[in-house]
Amino acid sequence: MGAYIIRRLAASVVLLFVMSLLVFVGVYAIGNPVDLLISPEADQKEIARVVAALGLDKPLWEQYLIFLKQALAGDLGRSFAFNTPAIELILQRMPATMELALAAMAIAIVLGIPLGLYAGLKPDSVLAKAIMAGSILGFSLPTFWVGLMLIMLFAVQLGWLPASGRGATTELFGVQWSLFTLDGWRHLFMPALNLALFKLSLLIRLTRAGTREAILQDYVKFARAKGLRMRRVIGLHVLKNIMIPIVTVIGLEFGSVVAFSIVTETIFAWPGMGKLLIDSINVLDRPVVVAYLLVIVALFVFINLLVDVLYSALDPRVRVTGAPA
Amino acid sequence: MNVSDALIERAPAAAHVEAPLRRFVAMYAESRIAVVALVVLVGILLCAVSAPLISPQNPYDLAQIDILDARLPPGEKSAGGMTFVLGSDDQGRDMLSAIFYGLRISLGVGIAATVAAVGLGLGFGLIAAYAGGRVDALIMRVVDLQLSFPAILIALVLLAVVGQGVDKIIIALITVQWAYYARTVRSSALVERGKDYVEAARCLRLSPARILFRHILPNCLPPLIVVATVQVAHAIALEATLSFLGLGLPITQPSLGLLISNGFSYLLSGKYWISFYPGIALLMTIMSINLVADQLRDVLNPRLSR
Repeated sequence: MGAYIIRRLAASVVLLFVMSLLVFVGVYAIGNPVDLLISPEADQKEIARVVAALGLDKPLWEQYLIFLKQALAGDLGRSFAFNTPAIELILQRMPATMELALAAMAIAIVLGIPLGLYAGLKPDSVLAKAIMAGSILGFSLPTFWVGLMLIMLFAVQLGWLPASGRGATTELFGVQWSLFTLDGWRHLFMPALNLALFKLSLLIRLTRAGTREAILQDYVKFARAKGLRMRRVIGLHVLKNIMIPIVTVIGLEFGSVVAFSIVTETIFAWPGMGKLLIDSINVLDRPVVVAYLLVIVALFVFINLLVDVLYSALDPRVRVTGAPA
Repeated sequence: MNVSDALIERAPAAAHVEAPLRRFVAMYAESRIAVVALVVLVGILLCAVSAPLISPQNPYDLAQIDILDARLPPGEKSAGGMTFVLGSDDQGRDMLSAIFYGLRISLGVGIAATVAAVGLGLGFGLIAAYAGGRVDALIMRVVDLQLSFPAILIALVLLAVVGQGVDKIIIALITVQWAYYARTVRSSALVERGKDYVEAARCLRLSPARILFRHILPNCLPPLIVVATVQVAHAIALEATLSFLGLGLPITQPSLGLLISNGFSYLLSGKYWISFYPGIALLMTIMSINLVADQLRDVLNPRLSR
């Protein structure tokens, strides 16, 4: 297990290097770094200064080393729009995004697993069919359009919930949270539901498929024959066995929730890093875009690593050995 | 085998060609929802193809639109006496016409990108499966790497670097899609490669290219068709999302996503129709494609065949 984690860790570091190389090639070789990294309002003297500071007059490999060194030191350039270090801006916005993503994931899990379990246990009931039809709808509905319709319904027509923003926050461990105020919840609910919809459909389908498969297994028959109540058989035996793929998917999908929050944050004006990315793209604030890219790559590598390790910890059958990641 | 033998062999084979197709149709028709979805999908395609013929007005001909007709609710009449069945947008364009034209662009971009990505993925997948070894490892490592990132992120970043345009969004959609096809084709090609008919073709000293394209490829197509159908829906949804975010198509090529984005600013004042109806069109398109793909998967899946 220890060796496996170390090997996966090493692979992750290699992956980070590869991705940083790709980002570097994208920014420095395909695009023109002078346009990309220097504010269009800069004068000749400023341009000359930054060119020298970034070493743009040096050979490409040397530029990459400089870029790498600065990135490792946490220096990913300064935002044109805010004139603060880009990395600082992103880290400031990260808790809001994480809060939204976690809330969405929680909604998907709390609703998705029981609904999927029910649909798997009683596949022919009307309710199960309605659940499955709903999950197809959830797969097909474009996320951004659902967001607009939620705003139309809850904010414009009914006037129950605010249409945008984050609401009141309280500080805990030096981070702002909206989970502890009613106003925060009122602001959080719609975007979280919007973001959860796709994952909810996915979890329903996954749980249903797992349940239908598990219910036919011998251990279920045995547990029933032993005289256990159905409730206990499902709650203990079935649920435990279908949890492995579900936990994996939850882990892997968390990254995609963070990515999709770009859309939801833009619609609901949620002040997270996704909205920051779109705003930065729109005002051509490229250092922030580059910094976002590196941060999100690091986040993904970390999530994938975590899922892999968790997976092998959960399921003794998949103690992957010797498989280079 | 002499000529007459070959003829005798061929005759029953020709008679058999009809039967699988008929069986395929019969199996597809077993699900009533799938048939309805197919009819809806064909209807949508017809609307998109014949948009200039069936639209009440050409929404991009400035002579036909009047700014005084802007933001009229559904059912209202224009100054020229035409009825806006689905209302009009902020420039006085008929929403129904704008949706027909938008469908054209959305479907066109989605299908074009998918076809190109299938071609690319097919090539890489076949090469990986047939060559094996280092080539295979390299291609699959790139595929794995790409698939570990969500499509929307890759497309977004790509567009942020290269800029807007129909060609650029198609490139972005190809980039995010090819890996799915490469993986699908590779896995089915690997299975096919070990089968006897490939061995037989090798014994006949057929060229590797001939074995790949005439023997292995046709047998890899069913799973590829299913994945490609689902992916068309994904491509259309992704394009709409990117256009909504203002990073996809330029304002001169308004796809459904751009129409929805247009209406966003009027939503808070209760003018729902500018965003609502293009969204319904998009939903119907994606849903009908998904349902058709679902049924295709069941019909084409050999494990489920009875």
